[in-house]
Amino acid sequence: MPDTPTVELPQQLQVINIGLELFAETLREQQQTVLHVRWEPPAQGDPELLGMLDALL
Amino acid sequence: MSVRVLIRPREYHDSVRLMQLSERVRRESGVDEAILMMATANNKKILRASGMMTDAVDAAKADDLVVAVVASSDALAEAAIELATEQLTQRAAGAGASHTPRTLDSALALAPEANLAQISVPGMYASREARRALEKGLHVLLFSDNVGLEDELTLKQLARSKGLLLMGPDCGTSILNGVGLGFANAVRRGPVGIVGASGTGIQEITVLLERMGLGISQAIGTGGRDLKESIGGITMLMGLEILVADPQTELIILTSKPPAANVAQTVLACAARAGKPVLINFLGAQEADLTGLTGSKSQLHFATTLEQTALSASSLLGTGTSLPLLSPATIEARAGELATQLQPQQRFIRGLYAGGTLCFESLLYLQRELGQVNSNIAATADSLLTESDSSRGHTLLDMGDDAYTIGRAHPMIDPTLRMQRILQEAADPEVALLLLDVVLGYGAHADPATLLVETLREARQKAKREGRYLGVIVTICGTESDSQCLSRQAAVLQREDVLVATSNAEAARLAVAVIKTTTEMGE
Repeated sequence: MPDTPTVELPQQLQVINIGLELFAETLREQQQTVLHVRWEPPAQGDPELLGMLDALL
Repeated sequence: MSVRVLIRPREYHDSVRLMQLSERVRRESGVDEAILMMATANNKKILRASGMMTDAVDAAKADDLVVAVVASSDALAEAAIELATEQLTQRAAGAGASHTPRTLDSALALAPEANLAQISVPGMYASREARRALEKGLHVLLFSDNVGLEDELTLKQLARSKGLLLMGPDCGTSILNGVGLGFANAVRRGPVGIVGASGTGIQEITVLLERMGLGISQAIGTGGRDLKESIGGITMLMGLEILVADPQTELIILTSKPPAANVAQTVLACAARAGKPVLINFLGAQEADLTGLTGSKSQLHFATTLEQTALSASSLLGTGTSLPLLSPATIEARAGELATQLQPQQRFIRGLYAGGTLCFESLLYLQRELGQVNSNIAATADSLLTESDSSRGHTLLDMGDDAYTIGRAHPMIDPTLRMQRILQEAADPEVALLLLDVVLGYGAHADPATLLVETLREARQKAKREGRYLGVIVTICGTESDSQCLSRQAAVLQREDVLVATSNAEAARLAVAVIKTTTEMGE
């Protein structure tokens, strides 16, 4: 196995939730800090536009 | 009959929100049907099947929102559309006003200390979001499914190169530092660490351990395909590394369907060096095959079912607690009581599962005991059913499988398809019993038992009119601490003449016992 950095879990989770708001709610229910991203399909769901956008980023 | 359709162009809401709004509109406006959906190709098929296809819907694009209602009068339909519009506008306004970030990058500007991204966007966009999160140094829980295998590999390689965990794609459950991510149950902290390639596998093990007073240090989901040859167990190996190094973890459980042979070899070799007991639960694998791979048993232990995994963990940790499982005699007795109420032609089990691993485990057991069992997750062509096939013979369906969830929420979130299927099965005169899972916990329905009872009543009334009793056996995956409360949910079902099992394996034993009893009675 190649030399890879050790994986460690953070002591305190600081979560960004992208997608279903349901999963941000369940974290809040557990008193877990979470920032919800109000995600929408980028480039209005147009795959060609999306490809162009990705090439730029 | 009045059908009203409203298109709200370029307005996006997530599938769960839309489902919840649909349910609310249906309930509060007295309409026959209310559907709120994005106008994706798959959703248009659903709208067409529900009689709600119009020119406007046909012309709508994937980022347009469709609000469609069917009512007995124009007035009711209009009122329903008004309610939906009000709710949607409120929601859109609320989100805009509160500086809610719209992208990961803007979120990171607001929360630079973030260390984990929980991602549940539609599959075709998921790789992109996961890659971005990993590049920014975040661990990722990727709930999304319908992500390509090649993408999974490159993402996991990227994650590993940065010492980050990519849990998923198709990862339904993790519990990190006592926090449930995705669908998870409320369980205590404790000495058992789990790495699992199956969401409901993790859930079932954690709830059974909880029942025995045993807690969880970490439960790390890997996604369903992590142990395929092409992925090589990247996340499972990283999870194992974490648990080996974790002083809170005294016993490690690895749970999955059987891995590819060389992946199993690598995983078992690492597990053998853990320096603490490791319990291997590769569902359906034979112990002899596995020990053959490691060459020696060392501190490895094996369990073939989720139930046995929990029991073995308790035994290995010396806690002396067990599960309130039914004795073989009691199973015979309960099965007998059910069987005497069946007609001679009622010979088949129909299992409908939200939990893929629960379905898989039951499938293995039923095949062993009853012979041919058909399924959408069957290994052989002659037993394989597609999502458009009706059930035949004994059938177990994993309703969370990708084919059922394109453009729709998972059955743990949206019970509609499963409820429809229950009614379909109940109409089949050869069906003896339904075998079902009810999953509690974070993210699950607020009262799944009551919802299920509504459908079961309808299903049983239908069967009764045709002179048939319909048996129902349910396994509840949950704890007393879940908001739905295990014992309350069990009571709701038991009052409705449903047999409630303590574990998924016990439910399968009950189902098999019923069929064997009816077969004997018939002879």
